[in-house]
Amino acid sequence: MTALLELEDVVASYGPVKALHGVSLSVEEGSIVAVLGANGAGKTTTLRAISHTVRTGGRISFAGRSLSGKSAESIAALGIAHVPEGRGLFPELTIVDNLRLGAYVRRGSIKTDLDRVYEYFPWMGRRRHELAGSLSGGEQQMLALAKAFMQQPRLLLLDEPSLGLAPIIVSEIFGIVRELNHEGMTVLVVEQNAHIALQVAGMAYVLEVGTVALHGPSEELQRHESVRRSYLGY
Amino acid sequence: MSVYELFGRLGIRDTGARRISTGVSVPVLALLLGAAIFLLIGSLSSDLFAELTIKGIAQGSVYGSLALALVLIYRATGVINFAQGEMAMATTYIAYELMLWGLSYWAAFFATLGIAFALGVATQQLVIRPVQHRSVVAVVIVTIGLFSLIDGIVIWIWNADPKFMPAPFSGAVYTVGGVTVSRTDLGTIAVALGSVLVLWLFFRFTKLGLAMRASALRPAAARLVGVRVNWMLALGWGFAAALGAVAGLMTEATVFTLSPSMMEPVLIYAFAAAVLGGLESPVGAVVSGVALGIFLNLLGQYGGYLKDSALSLPIAFFVLLIVLLVKPTGLFGRAAVRKV
Repeated sequence: MTALLELEDVVASYGPVKALHGVSLSVEEGSIVAVLGANGAGKTTTLRAISHTVRTGGRISFAGRSLSGKSAESIAALGIAHVPEGRGLFPELTIVDNLRLGAYVRRGSIKTDLDRVYEYFPWMGRRRHELAGSLSGGEQQMLALAKAFMQQPRLLLLDEPSLGLAPIIVSEIFGIVRELNHEGMTVLVVEQNAHIALQVAGMAYVLEVGTVALHGPSEELQRHESVRRSYLGY
Repeated sequence: MSVYELFGRLGIRDTGARRISTGVSVPVLALLLGAAIFLLIGSLSSDLFAELTIKGIAQGSVYGSLALALVLIYRATGVINFAQGEMAMATTYIAYELMLWGLSYWAAFFATLGIAFALGVATQQLVIRPVQHRSVVAVVIVTIGLFSLIDGIVIWIWNADPKFMPAPFSGAVYTVGGVTVSRTDLGTIAVALGSVLVLWLFFRFTKLGLAMRASALRPAAARLVGVRVNWMLALGWGFAAALGAVAGLMTEATVFTLSPSMMEPVLIYAFAAAVLGGLESPVGAVVSGVALGIFLNLLGQYGGYLKDSALSLPIAFFVLLIVLLVKPTGLFGRAAVRKV
């Protein structure tokens, strides 16, 4: 067991406002790790720190290499896909163009993977010349995952995939996340919906005001008194 | 292929609640079709009408290509590049200089496109990029500064006297039926619309073209998939400058004189065409440019009291005003939905 991603004392700020006050976490290769927490706890910022889309300090290493000094553009090429808040799609472009952009950092033919996406989501194949912006929320989230799959990353950063979706769609989305994980993709997912996140993830971290308050295997956290009260609601 | 899919490929979409309409709306399509039928009937019934229409297409294709250059930069940088005409003029002087050094017209033409591309990229990197994140007004002021800077440099190097360069097309004319068409007009149409077509193919079918579109539309999302957005925006300026060079060279070929102010009227018409087309729509810019060229040419002959050439500019803007009152987003524009 080696850590694919390691954060040590990571701080981040938006202008003068500090959002992370020293977050440390590690993600094992091949695992699904969840980050839980209330609004403003720093969940989204943690992902943005990893993909370098926010001003960041501290040590972040990926596959044994430090990520410091890298530009946001070069992170994707290292094998990290980030599905951000708002899904990071190109609504004005077609489904197939979104998928092609997902594979932007890859060289060589992407035909096989494109066919696999269409096989898994037949509707995407049928409607590939429709605009991504015309899709429903659930469809957009599926397209965001398919676009990340096209990148063939080692690590997938997922920001609140359940946001604004009906419960049945949420379980479908997490089913796809599991599927991607079986394919060997390591997943770090940020979620408000602690129920489903703890079901899918092996390990979880709880953030409170920019630091890690608690972490451990999901089963343990599910039994934990304060997690139950604050995040699971029973 | 279903009709719906075909429409989707052509960029024509219904305006149902869940769709973002980008392409042509049905009334606009009907208007264009009506105009095309009108031109066809007119051309079949009068040779003069046909000749004026073809001449109008030639002029309009130059307006259209410069308008497309404006749209490319508007999409990449979010401002109207007031220096677009002067950039085109300056690159035409470069072609002139290359021909003085002994290059043939077409060798100089393609060399100039390359030089224009490099200058466009350099302009974005050195002058625009540093101020791009300040405000739109700052960038606009910089493009106005570029306007006078380029003007000054050109006059300093080549002085303001009119210059003459070899003609790209022979003076031959062709007569089909009773309609006489000059080789210059046909050549201008071929070169200007050909450049537009090449650019369209590039944006539509290449990975780099897709990355450039993505960078202009959603820079943050483009960065996340690994696109070097700043570089893509610079390439956008490069393509716009090269397209401007085509417009400049074709303008020179029609007016036969090279002078520092030669692109000023063309730029004004290109502005009108770009806005008429919806400012963000490449197809709209080109179609509007061609339409404007035809309209002004026909007006000059059949306009009655309005055919005085001094009135063509005000009339062009009057039409623009009417269109914007009826359809504020331009003929091909979509309602801008911007998150604040």
